[in-house]
Amino acid sequence: MPEILSAKGVTFGYLKEDNELNIVLKNISLSIQEGELVAILGHNGSGKSTIAKHFNAILVPQEGKVTACGIDTKNEEEIYRIRQQVGMVFQNPDNQIVATIVEEDVAFGPENLGIAPAEIRRRVDEALKDVGMYEYKDHAPHQLSGGQKQRIAIAGIIAMRPRCIILDEPTAMLDPKGRREVLTTIRKLNKEHNITVVLITHYMEEAAQCDRVVVMNDGELLFDSTPRDVFSHVQILKEVGLDVPQTTELCHELRRAGINLPDDILTEEECVEALTSLLEGVR
Amino acid sequence: MLRDITIGQYFPGSSAIHKLDPRMKIVLTLAYIVMLFIASNPIGLLIGILFLVFTYGISKIPPRMILKSLKPVVPIIIFTSVLNMFFIDGTPLVAFWIIKITLEGVTTAVVMSIRIICLIAGTSLLTYTTSPISLTDGIERLCNPLKRFKLPVHELAMMMTIALRFIPTLIEETDKIMSAQKARGADLETGGLMQRARALIPILIPLFVSAFRRADELALAMECRCYRGGEGRSRMKQLKIHSRDIFSGIFVAICIVGVILINVYAPVILPM
Amino acid sequence: MIAIKTEQLTYTYSQGTPFEKTAVDHIDLEIEQGEFVGVIGHTGSGKSTLIQHFNGLLKPSFGRVLINGTDLWAPDTNIRDYRFKVGLVFQYPEYQLFEETVFKDIAFGPTNMGMNPEQIKESVYQACHFVGLKEKYLEKSPFELSGGQKRRVAIAGVLAMNPDILILDEPTAGLDPKGRERILGQIKEYHRARHTTVLLVSHSMEDIAKYARKVLVINQSKVAMYDDVAKVFSRAQEITEMGLSVPQITRVFMQLRERGFDVNESVYTMDYAKQEILRLLAEKGV
Repeated sequence: MPEILSAKGVTFGYLKEDNELNIVLKNISLSIQEGELVAILGHNGSGKSTIAKHFNAILVPQEGKVTACGIDTKNEEEIYRIRQQVGMVFQNPDNQIVATIVEEDVAFGPENLGIAPAEIRRRVDEALKDVGMYEYKDHAPHQLSGGQKQRIAIAGIIAMRPRCIILDEPTAMLDPKGRREVLTTIRKLNKEHNITVVLITHYMEEAAQCDRVVVMNDGELLFDSTPRDVFSHVQILKEVGLDVPQTTELCHELRRAGINLPDDILTEEECVEALTSLLEGVR
Repeated sequence: MLRDITIGQYFPGSSAIHKLDPRMKIVLTLAYIVMLFIASNPIGLLIGILFLVFTYGISKIPPRMILKSLKPVVPIIIFTSVLNMFFIDGTPLVAFWIIKITLEGVTTAVVMSIRIICLIAGTSLLTYTTSPISLTDGIERLCNPLKRFKLPVHELAMMMTIALRFIPTLIEETDKIMSAQKARGADLETGGLMQRARALIPILIPLFVSAFRRADELALAMECRCYRGGEGRSRMKQLKIHSRDIFSGIFVAICIVGVILINVYAPVILPM
Repeated sequence: MIAIKTEQLTYTYSQGTPFEKTAVDHIDLEIEQGEFVGVIGHTGSGKSTLIQHFNGLLKPSFGRVLINGTDLWAPDTNIRDYRFKVGLVFQYPEYQLFEETVFKDIAFGPTNMGMNPEQIKESVYQACHFVGLKEKYLEKSPFELSGGQKRRVAIAGVLAMNPDILILDEPTAGLDPKGRERILGQIKEYHRARHTTVLLVSHSMEDIAKYARKVLVINQSKVAMYDDVAKVFSRAQEITEMGLSVPQITRVFMQLRERGFDVNESVYTMDYAKQEILRLLAEKGV
């Protein structure tokens, strides 16, 4: 698997109003391979959005080097090539939809790239089908639910045919149904179209559905591993202001009470199985 | 309460008028206005009226919508009629004290009223049958030649599109902020003018702050979607002139020629 | 005493137009003074419309709303008084901040109530104390604060009116786990200290399970359930059918019960879950 995004020794900070330097990223190194589905977790202000903004050249590192699809993000001439290949979806679905009709909005990116009209038409239709919003192509965005708007935003990105999509807390403003819709959509894009996905979130159950979880805390990488491994560190995660799934937490609590249970319980089924064998073992 | 305001007066439909190219519709509407003002003869004006009856007929827009669109201009019609009636010299019909109503005055008033009514009804048909977005699109493309004179045509059209896109969002937001401030006891309904103006501050400031935040985020999202102005941009929807556009053009041209011929051959009885 | 009572409360949007929609449909409800109620229901179920009736922001199309026994829309009721008695915190309340300083913004409600300067000052300080806002922030502009701080300022703006009833519409939306826990903890503390009736609208069943004592389930414009947390979450099947969920831990225990283990039929908090397992193990002599 070739590397698609890479950060090497990235440091980034800004001056606050009182002239105090606020370091947001401290010497971060991170490499993401093509086709991965990676979650970046962290509390507000942990630097998770800042690192994401480095990957499509919204921000450039003050120290260190970031490359996206092999292109150095400091190379201003290549900035639109980077942005075409590394798409970005933001938190507020309302503030990233430009046009008054769904299909016109999805066409916005390809239009900016100067693609031929017939090809745009094809890409727009395909993108809308991929996110399951084709039947809404003539609707006005304000008639849609939050989850639907966010899927339109995703369609607008994939119509540019990127290799990678970065989603910056795409579900933070959605209800549970909208969250499920968005997550199903991005998993599908990753599995069926092999698009690399970087999902920034603070919902643990979303991170648990990814292949790899990166946890950030105060501008540093805390963990970078499989969800199973990361969530086994219940105590540390709680200390840095994050949650773990209730199932994981229950097993952790019971282990602390001296009961013998595995430390890598993640899903509901695993928890039920583990508790069943625990209780049956003493029957 | 604010949600009831409809923006734009577009009536979706699939009539021949709806399907016309927006550029053609804009040009034809302008041509129609010209026609109304060169018609200096009752028969000429009649053509203008019949033209409206015909086009509204095929567009399937309910005729009561004409009345709705006329409502705001009623004061203007009355005002110009009164001016014309009293201040045009000619054969007196009624005269008392210093007021004198002349035949010429009455005819001019009637003609002017018909012109204004037709003008409003005609332009309303344009907005009734053309969505704001294709109207913007049509204007942008018609104005394209002006780019040579350094007129930012694309930018203006983009501003228009974004405004249309965000009007419903901001209306909804205003509604929410008003409710939130009312929940903190803000009194928006009573008091004198000054007091009411002051009561708007808790609504306007959050609204502006939010609009700026939205603008900021939207600009970033647009840049991430490779937006860099009109240069090198293509469009998914291409406007094409169909045979129906050509026919409608010919039809309007015939009407105009007809009006001119009537003007030439029938006795001119009205001032232009 | 009954704090909130509705009789056949009905609300129809855009009445008389083709877009007519009944958002609240003949709801009869009684909420006791001092109760902590979690309100759940999916988007569009009518719960937001319902709560906006409790402080008179919306006028019923039919039926009555009584607060502390007074009909809000009776001719001699001053509806504005009830805006102060029933504090309503909207979703993303930080978007309503407008004053130059945090102090003035929190004081907006109390000033509208006609409190004198001393009372205002006291209410503002108390409200700040409840939401954990340091006094040094009071003279800052609210627009300089972080997202979480703004949220707390906005909530303080409602608490400063000393409402008898406090209604919060998803007060933690968009916050990270730490911020969520902090705000909900403060609301619980406020409830404990003031015995205020609290209605908490949330999509997080885990949060409802942790903080509320009763749950009000709104489905298709009607009250589907209104009961103790344990009783509501024991009807997991029905709740799931409404497109809602129960806490993950509750689902685990329901499966254990199905497998024949003698666990309580509604386990909804972490502590309870732990105690149940330990109890079972102890019974089996471990």
